[in-house]
Amino acid sequence: MTAELTAEPSAPPETAMTAGQPATPSRWHAVCRYGDLTPERGACAIVEGAQVAIFRTFDGALHAVGNLDPFSGAQVISRGIQGTRGGAPVVASPMYKDVFDLRTGRCADDPAVALPVYAIRRAAGDRVEVAVPDGHRQ
Amino acid sequence: MRVVVVGHGPTGHRLVEALRSRDGGGACRITVIGEETRPAYDRVALTSYLTEDADLAYPPHDGEVEMVTGDPVAGIDRAARTVRTASGREVGYDALVLATGSAPFVPPVPGRDLPGVFVYRTIEDLDALRDHCRNLTMSRQSVEGIVVGGGLLGLEAARALQNLDVETHVVEVAPWLMPRQLDEGGGAMLRRHIEALGMNVHAGTPMAGLEPGADGAVARVALADGSAVEAGVVVFSAGVRPRDELARACGLEVGERGGIVVDASCRTSDPAVWAVGECALVGGQVYGLVAPCFSMAEVVADRLLALAGGGDSAARFEGADLSTKLKLMGVDVASFGDPFAGPEQGALDVTYTDPVAGVYKRLVVSDDARTLLGGVLVGDASSYPTLRAFIGAELPGSPEQALFGGTEAAGGDLPGATVICSCNNVSAEHIRCAIRDEGLTELAAVKGCTRAGSTCGSCTPLVKKLLDAELTAAGVEVSKALCEHFEHSRAELFDVVRVTGITTFTQLIDAHGRGRGCDICKPVVASILASLGNGHILEGEQAALQDTNDHFLANMQKNGTYSVVPRIPGGEITPEKLIVIGEVARDHGLYTKITGGQRIDLFGARVEELPEIWRRLVEAGFESGHAYGKSLRTVKSCVGSTWCRYGVQDSVAMAIRLELRYRGLRAPHKLKSAVSGCARECAEAQSKDFGIIATEQGWNLYLAGNGGMRPRHADLFASDLSDAELVRYIDRFLMFYIRTADRLQRTASWLEALDGGLDYLREVIVEDRLGLCAELDAAMERHVASYSDEWRATLDDPDKLRRFVSFVNAPDVPDPSIAFEPERDQIKPVLVAGPRLEVAAR
Repeated sequence: MTAELTAEPSAPPETAMTAGQPATPSRWHAVCRYGDLTPERGACAIVEGAQVAIFRTFDGALHAVGNLDPFSGAQVISRGIQGTRGGAPVVASPMYKDVFDLRTGRCADDPAVALPVYAIRRAAGDRVEVAVPDGHRQ
Repeated sequence: MRVVVVGHGPTGHRLVEALRSRDGGGACRITVIGEETRPAYDRVALTSYLTEDADLAYPPHDGEVEMVTGDPVAGIDRAARTVRTASGREVGYDALVLATGSAPFVPPVPGRDLPGVFVYRTIEDLDALRDHCRNLTMSRQSVEGIVVGGGLLGLEAARALQNLDVETHVVEVAPWLMPRQLDEGGGAMLRRHIEALGMNVHAGTPMAGLEPGADGAVARVALADGSAVEAGVVVFSAGVRPRDELARACGLEVGERGGIVVDASCRTSDPAVWAVGECALVGGQVYGLVAPCFSMAEVVADRLLALAGGGDSAARFEGADLSTKLKLMGVDVASFGDPFAGPEQGALDVTYTDPVAGVYKRLVVSDDARTLLGGVLVGDASSYPTLRAFIGAELPGSPEQALFGGTEAAGGDLPGATVICSCNNVSAEHIRCAIRDEGLTELAAVKGCTRAGSTCGSCTPLVKKLLDAELTAAGVEVSKALCEHFEHSRAELFDVVRVTGITTFTQLIDAHGRGRGCDICKPVVASILASLGNGHILEGEQAALQDTNDHFLANMQKNGTYSVVPRIPGGEITPEKLIVIGEVARDHGLYTKITGGQRIDLFGARVEELPEIWRRLVEAGFESGHAYGKSLRTVKSCVGSTWCRYGVQDSVAMAIRLELRYRGLRAPHKLKSAVSGCARECAEAQSKDFGIIATEQGWNLYLAGNGGMRPRHADLFASDLSDAELVRYIDRFLMFYIRTADRLQRTASWLEALDGGLDYLREVIVEDRLGLCAELDAAMERHVASYSDEWRATLDDPDKLRRFVSFVNAPDVPDPSIAFEPERDQIKPVLVAGPRLEVAAR
């Protein structure tokens, strides 16, 4: 059900829809339907070679951060438990349980470490779209 | 410098090795002259030569060392500084070291020279003993034998004799076994264990004499009490005497009761002659344990090298701690400090005896009951390391508390030097300082600051205990709150869910919590909902609560792939099923390893591979083994009475029955079990949450054991149970634990923290003191009735299968970051993804 949406570039984004927007979003990529996302559970999309962890929080908001857990070197952030810390939406890496703020990517226990944050939006036709900066490849 | 070493036992060997390893310039030219025909071997492990056919030889010395074996030294000429051997060889020395060891003491009783009488000292002794016993067992229906001496060595010899199929008697002159290490109570308890192993003990009974049979060999042993024991073989192991005859003959000073007199540098009355090991009398004492003997060898090596180099050495032998802990025929025995001090030395003692469990403990303390002086432990020596650390120091609590492992229970009182986190080598003191100096109040902060618990995490409960103790001491109220979202402890939340009938996380957090949960409270609630029977763990909202392992019904490994463990109940598996596992692993390129729980783990599966792997396993009759869940893992078993000569019950059938009954049961932590078919305990049931050991009459049930970083022997809960009683008690135990334990609290620490402990647990489970049993029984019946295989249910549900893709926008693309390289004909993970931060450096 998602195969036909695979990483098809669409028109460039006009507006930023979430916090933590990267500086130079280039193209929006449709990755799945909004209804495909389980609330409070992540999914991973591969966009221009970058692995992006996508979360739909309890209140319906969307967040996209890098899937790579910087502490373990494994691509697993999308499989962490999503919740809140002090009201902020967070995900805990399933590897060593490090907690990251989904809005800023920042590690809650080590401010020197952060995940990259990507632009994400709910577009027409219930499509979920993600943008990665130009030339951003992992 | 010419160094001659007389005697090549373990001590002589250690001396030469120490000299060679530190003598880079070759200052010492070493000649070793040994009486035995073979070079040194590990005499401490002598019994294993018989029981396990072990090779005891020490590694040979290098070619620079001149070795003479099978040619004993016959005399020493101190004036000429030469030794002469039995064959007439003469060797000159500048330094002579006597390492002649000791000889078995054979009391002067009539008949001690009869054929069939042996000592227990050398490999030759053992060879002769074995040949004799084999001849007897081949020609007779049954063979009885006697070991004279109930000390450490005597019990070793008894084990060897029993291993040679000899009905074994142990005769000890003293009123109890191991009189040098144990007090009367400890000796008596040890006797019960030894007798339970099928040996006969005659303590406080001197021997009158040995009598020959018609063939002229020993046939009977008469005891001083007038009784007699038939015996076709007799082993003397009633202590040893120092081999000081060479020293005596050449006029060196020897002790009144034997032993070559040496000073703290191990030098004899002749400055050119030294003595080490069991033949030496140092500080008025002869040492028979190997550790002090090796210390002496090191001292002399140091001294000789200094002499050879024209320098000086201050190395001294300062006596030794004679504390010992050993396993004698499976029985823990420990003796530490001064276990014999009494009122005349200003000492008090506290003793504890549990005849059912076979445990005896005695602590000797100063007369103000504060300082630990020594003690004896029989049957359970788990507290030995901690207690030994407290010798001569003030106990943190009362002696009674220390007796019952209270030094650990009182977490905050652990000695500062105790290493809490062995991964990162963090001591208790380090953690306490960090908590105080940095003003830490959160476990996560303590981990981050000290690194304790940040690697494998197994010490986290201990770190938490230290933190709680420090905070309590500082007057900070220790919160039982699960996390920032719930004020409740896990047990309280369980009751809330049970009583209110809440079935979703949203209902629960809206009514009783705040925020939207986290990686601490969500899995707890998921586990509680599962324990109370709320269907498949990936059903509806529950799916989002699960830890990644439960979420993918497999175990995440370091590179983000998963491992798969099919259930193999009781460890019993058909060849056909083994072949299927092999084929699945081969076809998916998985790394395979046998687990400690008698199952097979298949590693390296990507999420999108999991359904296909399960489908093939399920088709072959497998189901999920729940290796990923905080739930029952395996019920391990020995082969039991069906095949084993010694088995008394069918342990495999019982293990399978229990595993199938409790499979899938979600709990505060993982649950492990094992069933042994006899008292030999091959299934290691006493290290399990619930362990079962067969008896002639039924089953003994042991509860709350644990392996892992803080091992705990399970406690004997009830004996000689019928199948039905056994299952009923386990049902109630598990359900009571699930209701009342804290998050991630294993049954071992749960029971330790339970007010009233094991006795209280018996009251709840056996006597139904809380009136809870009907409810617990019904809860378990519900679990058993509602069980279904989580893998199969997932395969049958397209909606659940959707999540098993690496990429939501490219379901057919495998994760390119996952790579493997070969190792020992299998795969191992290679991390190819971007920067990796040093985890330990946080």
